[in-house]
Amino acid sequence: MPTLPGVHLKDEITKISQRLRELGGAGERRGRSDAWEKVKLARHAERPYTLDYIEQMFPGFIELRGDRCFADDPAIVAGLAAYQGRTLMVIGHQKGRDLSSRTYRNFGMPRPEGYRKAQRLMRLADKFGIPVLTLIDTPGAYPGVAAEERGQGGAIARSLVTMARLGVPTVAIIIGEGGSGGALALALADRVMMLENSIYSVSSPEACASILWKDAAEAELAARALMLTSDDLDELQLVDAVLPEPRGGAHRDHAAAARIVKEALEDSLRELELMHPQERRRERFEKFRRVGVWREDGLTLF
Amino acid sequence: MAQRISVDISRRGDNEPDGSFNCPACGQRLNPGELAENLKVCPHCERHLSLTAGERIGLLADEGSWSELSASLRSADPLEFFDLRPYFERIEEAEYDTGLTEAMLAGTARMHKMEVVLVVMDFRFMGGSMGSVVGERFWRAVEHAIETRFPLVAVCASGGARMQEGMLSLLQMAKTACATELLSEVPVPFVSVLTHPTTGGVMASFATLADVIMAEPGALLCFSGPRVIEQTVKEKLPEGFGRAESNLEHGQVDMIVPRHELKDRLVQVLGMLEGGVACALQPLWEEEAGPPGGGGALAKAFGRIKSFANPSRRPPQG
Ligand SMILES: [Zn+2]
Repeated sequence: MPTLPGVHLKDEITKISQRLRELGGAGERRGRSDAWEKVKLARHAERPYTLDYIEQMFPGFIELRGDRCFADDPAIVAGLAAYQGRTLMVIGHQKGRDLSSRTYRNFGMPRPEGYRKAQRLMRLADKFGIPVLTLIDTPGAYPGVAAEERGQGGAIARSLVTMARLGVPTVAIIIGEGGSGGALALALADRVMMLENSIYSVSSPEACASILWKDAAEAELAARALMLTSDDLDELQLVDAVLPEPRGGAHRDHAAAARIVKEALEDSLRELELMHPQERRRERFEKFRRVGVWREDGLTLF
Repeated sequence: MAQRISVDISRRGDNEPDGSFNCPACGQRLNPGELAENLKVCPHCERHLSLTAGERIGLLADEGSWSELSASLRSADPLEFFDLRPYFERIEEAEYDTGLTEAMLAGTARMHKMEVVLVVMDFRFMGGSMGSVVGERFWRAVEHAIETRFPLVAVCASGGARMQEGMLSLLQMAKTACATELLSEVPVPFVSVLTHPTTGGVMASFATLADVIMAEPGALLCFSGPRVIEQTVKEKLPEGFGRAESNLEHGQVDMIVPRHELKDRLVQVLGMLEGGVACALQPLWEEEAGPPGGGGALAKAFGRIKSFANPSRRPPQG
């Protein structure tokens, strides 16, 4: 970002951040003060991941792998689940718990082949009229040279249009970290819901702090400014529902968390399955078309 | 996510009294008049310096043909975002410095007399970042293209999503992707021109969803910027990482077009895409009648294949 003429950022930054901290920051308003707590909870190592939900909700899950182009990406798991007399396509980011599984899952950061696998399986689901459930939990798409060379940007973009195009009902639930474009790529759905202690953000608070505050240590401040908690997203009307977690957080009770997710899924599918595919698609487009706040002819429009 | 990317933007105070400055690529002395004459391409090393939105429109649109769409849209501050300075202050400053109302201008224009919808981004306006106004302008431009059937040309330059609008910005990726999906339902060509730099959320939405993707020589085109990659993954970057040439080699863009040829090439490609004949197909097994009699060689061949598929008409086996 270009430096501004006549402003010595370093001094200004220190002064202003100090002042914000003293005042408790503008971020205190609208209950944003617990944003950093939520960031920590959303990243909690004991928090249920996609495969934990699958284990609880879908016995007999059949994993399908590979993008048919280059590789299978273990940072995204996907497959068929039998669910209440119908079949579901479940697709979700997957993090690892111990050192080796973390490395294997690439910390839940997909490469382009992960998104291509997701697209392939969404199209497969569409062909057979199978509803799609996505579980979102990633720090972001993997920032690497090879990932770029294989078209990370285009892969995310095509995931978005693939989801826009689907005729089947789609439900997206942010279960942990909804990190930037890498999360959104699986979240262009008819129903988008967040677990209470999950976050969904345009950028990680650390990255935001290092760019806007020129100091990654200001991440707590950035977390408040970004409005990334489930309450914030609810206030901005960018999610359809916030799902309450078991007391103390989802990591305390995986089974209870899974029951909550299952119930929300059931309610959503019951509504969505009553609609004509065309109607579902129109509503989905309307919903994403409306996103944005701007001024026009002196009016602020939501 | 917006990211820090260095771009050659001439700042007040940088220049000599005669306005001359050194080429950021080869270091040769450049005279602004001569440079403008050469479309801001360094005559010594061919480096394509950034164009402003106004210069880009001047380059592409026939004289006097530009007419802006959704000009009255302005950013709001829905998050009451606070970082080192209020969001509104940053916007006002960007407006003052660039003379623009946002990081993207949308409008209609003629290019060699061909009517087009043209959207142009300007990196100087808050790093070309995509917030609500950019998304809405893009959506309305697409709607206009669908209504008028004018082809859509999008000239991109962006550091990504605008952080000051938080999730509202990230979701502009979904919004612009939905827009391109609407556009893909009609035979209206969409060509994107990726200029230095196009990264982050724009690269992961409409920029890479065009029917044909052109790039300017040397432009940095990637989702994650070089600094992000170096810092987070500690990976050593190869020479020319993320540049247009590398994108071409790896199959991510259709062609690299030098600035002097851009307008001609755009008109040529758009014209060729529009030159087809609609051929929407029914699923083969739903066809009521076979191909009409007296068709060409292909139709006849097709008829033969069909007769093979019908066992009763299969020729007797040896
Ligand atoms: Zn040069």
